[in-house]
Amino acid sequence: MNASHGLGTMESAAALLEMERGPILEIDDLSISFFTRTREIPAVMSFSCSVMPGEAVGLVGESGCGKSTVALGVMQDLGVNGRVVGGSIRFKGRDLARMTPAELRQIRGSEIAMIYQEPMASLNPALTIGRQLMEVPMIHQGASSAEARARALEVVGDVKLPDPERILRSYPHQLSGGQQQRIVIAMALMSRPSLLILDEPTTALDVTVEAAVVELVKELGRKYGTSMLFISHNLGLVLETCDRICVMYSGEAVERGRVGDVFDQMRHPYTQALFRSIPLPGADKNLRPLKSIPGNFPLPHERPPGCNFGPRCSYFQQGRCDAQDVPMFPVDGGDRHESRCLRVREIDWSAPDTIASEQEKLAPGPVVLRLEDLKKYYEAGSSAFGGKARRVVKANETLSFEAREGETLAIVGESGCGKSTFAKVLMGLETATSGRITLFNQDIQSTPIQARDPGTVSKVQMVFQNPFDTLNPSMTVGRQITRALEVFRMGRSGHERREMMLRLLDVVKLPRAFADRMPRQLSGGQKQRVGIARAFAGSAKVVIADEPVSALDVSVQAAVTELLMEIQRKERTTLLFISHDLSIVRYLSDRVLVMYLGHVVEIGTTDQVFAPPYHPYTEALLSAVPIADTKVEKTHIVLEGEIPSAMNPPPGCPFQTRCRWKSAVPGGLCERQVPPMRTLAPGHQIKCHLPEEELQRMQPVIRLAAT
Amino acid sequence: MLLFLVKRLVTMLVTAICLTIVVFALTNLPPNLEKIAKSEIGTRISDAEVTSWLDKNGFGAPLLVRYGEWLGLLPGWTRTDENGVVYGRCIREGEDPATAPIRCGVLQGEWGYSRVFRQEVADVIARGLGLTGKLMFWVLLVMVPGALLTGVLAGMREGSRTDRALSTASIVATATPEYVSGVVFIAVFTSSAVGLKWFNGSATSAMDDATLVNFTLPVLTVALYAMGYVARMTRASMAEVMTAQYIRTARLKGVSFPKIVLRHALRNALIAPFTVIMLQIPWLLNGVVIVETLFNYKGFGWTLVQAAGNNDIDLLLGVSVVSVIVVLLTQLISDVGYVFLNPRIRLA
Repeated sequence: MNASHGLGTMESAAALLEMERGPILEIDDLSISFFTRTREIPAVMSFSCSVMPGEAVGLVGESGCGKSTVALGVMQDLGVNGRVVGGSIRFKGRDLARMTPAELRQIRGSEIAMIYQEPMASLNPALTIGRQLMEVPMIHQGASSAEARARALEVVGDVKLPDPERILRSYPHQLSGGQQQRIVIAMALMSRPSLLILDEPTTALDVTVEAAVVELVKELGRKYGTSMLFISHNLGLVLETCDRICVMYSGEAVERGRVGDVFDQMRHPYTQALFRSIPLPGADKNLRPLKSIPGNFPLPHERPPGCNFGPRCSYFQQGRCDAQDVPMFPVDGGDRHESRCLRVREIDWSAPDTIASEQEKLAPGPVVLRLEDLKKYYEAGSSAFGGKARRVVKANETLSFEAREGETLAIVGESGCGKSTFAKVLMGLETATSGRITLFNQDIQSTPIQARDPGTVSKVQMVFQNPFDTLNPSMTVGRQITRALEVFRMGRSGHERREMMLRLLDVVKLPRAFADRMPRQLSGGQKQRVGIARAFAGSAKVVIADEPVSALDVSVQAAVTELLMEIQRKERTTLLFISHDLSIVRYLSDRVLVMYLGHVVEIGTTDQVFAPPYHPYTEALLSAVPIADTKVEKTHIVLEGEIPSAMNPPPGCPFQTRCRWKSAVPGGLCERQVPPMRTLAPGHQIKCHLPEEELQRMQPVIRLAAT
Repeated sequence: MLLFLVKRLVTMLVTAICLTIVVFALTNLPPNLEKIAKSEIGTRISDAEVTSWLDKNGFGAPLLVRYGEWLGLLPGWTRTDENGVVYGRCIREGEDPATAPIRCGVLQGEWGYSRVFRQEVADVIARGLGLTGKLMFWVLLVMVPGALLTGVLAGMREGSRTDRALSTASIVATATPEYVSGVVFIAVFTSSAVGLKWFNGSATSAMDDATLVNFTLPVLTVALYAMGYVARMTRASMAEVMTAQYIRTARLKGVSFPKIVLRHALRNALIAPFTVIMLQIPWLLNGVVIVETLFNYKGFGWTLVQAAGNNDIDLLLGVSVVSVIVVLLTQLISDVGYVFLNPRIRLA
């Protein structure tokens, strides 16, 4: 009796040991399809991947490549139409597909937890944070509500949220986006899962918030020894967080291996093309332009025979690549490094990219737009019966700069910094509280758009962030552009306008046949091209591009960016490029303006802004941007705390509450006085109290390691 | 919150005044007044006699003045008859004009005199409201849980067989107005035509003593119509909530399906139907008019029909005022209740 008992424990110990060594998650040859009334749509095809204990695996690809489907497949939550049609998903050696619903429920939330893209949508608006967190241990560990509450307090502290008691009592809408995401992370960690699935966890967040959240996830992963499956489209983020990477294209894994191997010795044409389409430090719009991937992402039911990437691949060989399904080939020298390319051994992977064409740098012309001390205040919270003190939101404070013809001026800052308000004032959707905007020697600061003449309106146009919402869904593409032409009083007859519209389609490189299409028939990139055509319909002189590519996929981003650059070169347009993506800003802008809480904190040429001395905020922003290059070393600066509300800005310097250089300024000057605009070099100004010698001591945040 | 309530009450007051002016003007149209005169002193009187009677009885003054008198803001009219006796709006028979109140209107609690029932309007309405209140209580008791249960059951698994069956039933219920369902019920359950003599076709006896036999049919008739409507709203709301991301979060947290429905979905799903239910209450009054007449139940709706049919101006006005108050109050309750269901809404 005793002996057999002893044997039993030994056996289970051995099994435990075995389990420890084996992968936490093993996806083998997985195929998932969605079934519609008419056909089966394969979303994931023979996908394999394994996650070892304590390992972080990145799943990278563009939208529609099936990466989220894999995650939901692991959770066995594919909805009514989705089904696993082949292969297996094993979690700690157990096949998830064979589990009963009750067993699955036990695993979900306690052993496998998930973190989602949109924190606001994934928290229940009608329950307090506390109840939502406490639910997890109460279900899985049968904890009492007091125990659950204690655990919730502990975890909320772990994710570094201030005042956990108050947080537990509040509702999701009372928290900021970053705090909500921390709560979602806390919820996932409540019962110390062994596997964490993160589905684009930071896409909806600002860069500095993203950096803090990523830092947190990495730290907690180390602390709890959690394995992670990190789904993202952002290669830089994957480089920062993951040990291994798996690149997906059109439902298949095309390349996988250690992050270092894949980044430095990529062995699949798609991976290579992806890297060439993102702006890395060193890319330059004139000397080394980005290369977009030609063609479009194939729809799931229109995949080509053979290699899925074939039609867009520059190494494509007819009769070979499209002859049969391509299996994964091991890559020599790597650790479990594999690529789904028939020609993996033939292609010279180190061959330098053919440089498309060097472009002449555009010399800036005369000043077309000048802003002097522009202020825009909003009144908020005053009600007719209230009689309370009116609160003022200072959206823009003393904005002064000028923009020249043919110049690209980037406006950078996080949400709430006032960059969109500025765009609205410039467009005439709002009027300025005080200050001057001069456009071609004409004051327009207090002329709303209704009062502007068509000439002025057509001179200042805008390209919007979300091409999906800014096109009228019930009007053909051609009609929408023609409508813009009518508003701008271009062309004398309908026939002439139609001609102009077709020419505009040529300019944005859309086939003329698209004139009769409806917006829903277009892809995101194509829609954005229509948006650009509309903006340039009245030969605009100043175009405000408000995050024009942030809603698009990486490979499409490059193409749309190039298009904007090309039109600018031809038309000598002034481009005001509003963005939070510093990589793309560095790539395409001539000058950069950094905003924080309505203030311009730094302005200068791109080289001046991206090199020390920085404004402390610029320094933090630069360090927050994930860069998809293993040779780049970054200083990590994580901003503490939240962006102060514009309704209640801190006294003195707007950035003083989060500034790490504050102690270098003697006498608490930062807390008392808004710093003056100082000129450091010709054209380079910063709003900072830091003494000259401190500024000189600043080190570059991004360094290219010697190779 | 308090400020909100004050604001809402002020708006309600303004709305009530506007609505009563409209009703007052419509019920006091010259032909209506003429009809009263004729019914009081005979149908074959001359136009001059009508005018003189109207003038003697206080109907001669301009409309707004009479509205003011009715409301109790202006002093009631007084006349002296050929015998030198002073009589007027506020002077009861045999009362000394000197001690009689100057103003007597709705604000003073004087709702007027019903010419049909030969009773004070206030008493008639109070009795009617009491009876209708009883009916409405049972209607809501049947309708709200029934509708919510149907809606939630149908909406929690959209497209399932339960969903389709319940949805079809709701559509049929909504598509059948009370005057159709009432008649059908009477034909099926009370007459010898079908033979199921389960219930009474008249609810008159239910006024004193409501039993299953005499009260089921009127309650069911009113409830069924609204039930279909509310159930469909609940279903739509529930189905939408069930596809929300936070439901997925809950599911992937390992919460069991019944708990997902009860704890995570229900409260969010009830926000929309709550408003609809509150909106349905005044709408139910509509059904009450038909059902009370059909089943001869002498409540508020029946009173309204009697007042309208007999040109009983004071009673009609009283009934309208009460209806307006009921509508506005339910709106207020629905707005306040909304806040408790939906923490994102804060009243300012």
